[in-house]
Amino acid sequence: MTSSTQQAAHEQEHDHHGPASGIKRWLFTTNHKDIGSLYLLFSLLMFLIGGGMAMVIRAELFQPGLQLVDPHFFNQMTTVHGLIMVFGAVMPAFTGLANWMVPMMIGAPDMALPRMNNWSFWILPFAFLILLSSLFMEGGGPAFGWTFYAPLSTTYSNDNTALFVFAVHIMGVSSIMGAINVIVTIVNMRAPGMTWMKLPLFVWTWLITAFLLIAVMPVLAGAVTMVLTDKYFGTSFFDAAGGGDPVMFQHIFWFFGHPEVYIMILPAFGVISTIVPTFSRKKLFGYASMVYATSSIALLSFIVWAHHMFTTGMPLAGELFFMYATMLISVPTGVKVFNWVATMWRGSISFEVPMLFAIAFIVLFTLGGFSGLMLAITPADFQYHDTYFVVAHFHYVLVTGAVFSIMAAAYYWLPKWTGYMYSETLAKWHFWLSLVSVNILFFPMHFVGLAGMPRRIPDYALQFADFNALISIGGFAFGLSQLLFVAVVFKCIAGGQRAPAKVWDGAEGLEWDVASPAPYHTFSTPPEVK
Amino acid sequence: MKIAKLITIAMCLLVNMFAFASDYNMRTGVTDISNQVYQLHMTIFWICCVIGLIVFSVMFWALIHHRRSKGAEPAQFHESTKVEILWTAIPFLILVAMAVPATKTLIAMEDTDKADLTIKVTGSQWKWHYEYLGHDVDFYSLMSTPRAQIDNMESKTEHYLLEVDKPLVIPTGKKVRFLLTSDDVIHSWWVPDFAVKKDANPGFINEAWTNVNEPGTYRGQCAELCGKDHGFMPVVVEAKPEAEFQAWLANEKAQNVLAAQQEAALLEQTLSKEELMTTGERVYMAYCAACHQPTGLGLQGVFPALKGSPMVTGDLQAHIEIIMEGRPGTAMQAFAKQLSLKEVAGVITYKRNSWGNDTGEVIQPSQIQAYLDDKQEKAK
Repeated sequence: MTSSTQQAAHEQEHDHHGPASGIKRWLFTTNHKDIGSLYLLFSLLMFLIGGGMAMVIRAELFQPGLQLVDPHFFNQMTTVHGLIMVFGAVMPAFTGLANWMVPMMIGAPDMALPRMNNWSFWILPFAFLILLSSLFMEGGGPAFGWTFYAPLSTTYSNDNTALFVFAVHIMGVSSIMGAINVIVTIVNMRAPGMTWMKLPLFVWTWLITAFLLIAVMPVLAGAVTMVLTDKYFGTSFFDAAGGGDPVMFQHIFWFFGHPEVYIMILPAFGVISTIVPTFSRKKLFGYASMVYATSSIALLSFIVWAHHMFTTGMPLAGELFFMYATMLISVPTGVKVFNWVATMWRGSISFEVPMLFAIAFIVLFTLGGFSGLMLAITPADFQYHDTYFVVAHFHYVLVTGAVFSIMAAAYYWLPKWTGYMYSETLAKWHFWLSLVSVNILFFPMHFVGLAGMPRRIPDYALQFADFNALISIGGFAFGLSQLLFVAVVFKCIAGGQRAPAKVWDGAEGLEWDVASPAPYHTFSTPPEVK
Repeated sequence: MKIAKLITIAMCLLVNMFAFASDYNMRTGVTDISNQVYQLHMTIFWICCVIGLIVFSVMFWALIHHRRSKGAEPAQFHESTKVEILWTAIPFLILVAMAVPATKTLIAMEDTDKADLTIKVTGSQWKWHYEYLGHDVDFYSLMSTPRAQIDNMESKTEHYLLEVDKPLVIPTGKKVRFLLTSDDVIHSWWVPDFAVKKDANPGFINEAWTNVNEPGTYRGQCAELCGKDHGFMPVVVEAKPEAEFQAWLANEKAQNVLAAQQEAALLEQTLSKEELMTTGERVYMAYCAACHQPTGLGLQGVFPALKGSPMVTGDLQAHIEIIMEGRPGTAMQAFAKQLSLKEVAGVITYKRNSWGNDTGEVIQPSQIQAYLDDKQEKAK
């Protein structure tokens, strides 16, 4: 490859299409880096808002009895916390990472559909404004859980449900457009020589994620539309009195919902598969098997949905099928973990903050995987189902899984985005505080769940009191620690030690060939990949 | 790395401490099935522990010994078909080994045939209704924890939130089948000691069963989010030896006859306002306050206020009708089958004379009976 750093600087000099200034730059931008930044900052904001709701939940659950909020508001908090974290924090963060990194990783000048890219971001804030505004209206926001099971979300919900439905529709449209953009970009805009089996794993995992999104977001749109017509227009999709079936809602929802879980974790696998080799200074072990494992997980995700519904009264054959299929998922997932460990084995490992988060991811995500395997065992699931054991499980895979990987990615690429190194000291504080507090927060949830505490309750029996106080303390500590992350990010944007083009000595990939910060336009002439 | 090690050790200790402290593990329960489920839970738990121990030992070994700061030079290998096939095949075999006992237990759990007693369990916001099929005994079971304990005005007692006014009673050593359904949203009937958790779906009937080995009182909760008071919907089951159970059942039947006689006698009487208000307040707090609030103010946009409401202060017949028949398509239930004539008369009197509603009207059980007679007449 030519000395691309110089080339990039050269390109910038002759660039007459620099960013517009002021608010217009951000409103009208079609630049993948600007849109990536918008997605990431939006996701950070949503992470803080959703986190604030988690603080309300934990404050109410600090002691038995009702102290701060009434049960109806508590239900709104659990519902909107879930919706915001899934659709507002985790998914946009990954879309932001894809926007920033996919074109640079495959040597493309931008995303394939830049105007649509602008639109898919800018409808998102409106979706969340609509959702959040319902909290302030008479009757309050959605209070039926982020899973909005009918008929609680239809006949028995308040009139603001239409706002929830409309907000989810907009989020879905945004996700679908984002996914189309990623697919079209990866399929058409790879630099010469960037063959399929040379694609960075982050690009691979996002490609597969994008297909999942296109497959299931319309299913979610269908589900919310049926909720809408059941509630407002007298249809009976989910009402037995009119010939419908409330359990059918759950089948439709989880047919979306389970692939959705992998939508939130596959890009995380890509991030970890990028970071671990860099700081082990060794090539990723089993690249091909990583690609195949990711594809198998994606395919299996379509045939396991009913493991969320073992207690709904399925026939025995159905329970057995979904139990076996679910257990099967642990095989490709295991392959991934083994590959990461094998990558570290006999490497030359160093522990910069992205690597610390990646290691924490591997251990804690695997822990979440183990509880997932336990949940797959149907007879045991009858005991775990809808208890705090499940809450512990999905927070391990989503917080110490997806969110930790996003933080790892943020630290890993921040110098490339801003041109400055982040403060390693502050970042280390952020990591260790998060690591300790997140486990105080989520680990004891396994025990209260096993001891019989149901999820989504605003008050609990006395035997759960000690652990809940501990969990809440962990929660407050974890919440506060994230303010440190905000500080590190904005400090890094403001300035600091200049970052070189290749920030990490063990890093590989086209993004490290361009200057730091990455020029506004990169790879106007495609690089040659050998 | 010292901190990391310390944390690892602390976590291991935690796991050990708590895995054995039975208070914080799954209960073994009091049925053969619940014991099998506990065994499955512990087996898969230990399998996970062993796998985790092996994988993380290897990883931490690498993290400690293959560090750049120790001068480690990276190796060049990056694939090995043999190893990769091996670590795909071994987990698969472990899974097959795990699936066998799980399948056996599951088949046993789903076999609801040849039950000695069948009880229909109906969930509604936020109480359970139990009906002993073929025995002419049925009743509602509501949480009995006083509001003052929840609001922290009184100290909380031992079975806070896990106590009911009238528990379900079942015989030990008999196969008891439950038929579960719901009158409104989806609920889930869960008794951890039986390893029974089954959803109660409106319009459909689910089946579950148990066979309890030991007499005792067993407590659980609704496990599916069912609206505002989902957290206040406990399940309490008393398991009694067969003879005691039969005596209890006979007594229930006798009580039913007696109650019907008293109800008939009431029709001839005129009850005092005080008596009706006392009954009414008790019923209101147990059945109505969850939605309409103890203050009668309701929840704006969710549950209507009764204070100053034309429904409550206006036409009496319309008021009786909405209490008896409910309002389909809303959370307002039909209370005709839930409350006695005296209770309905009491609660209507209470609502029409509380929170500044001052109609001064006193409604007698006979007026409620008149409504029922009238309805029957119209049906003809």
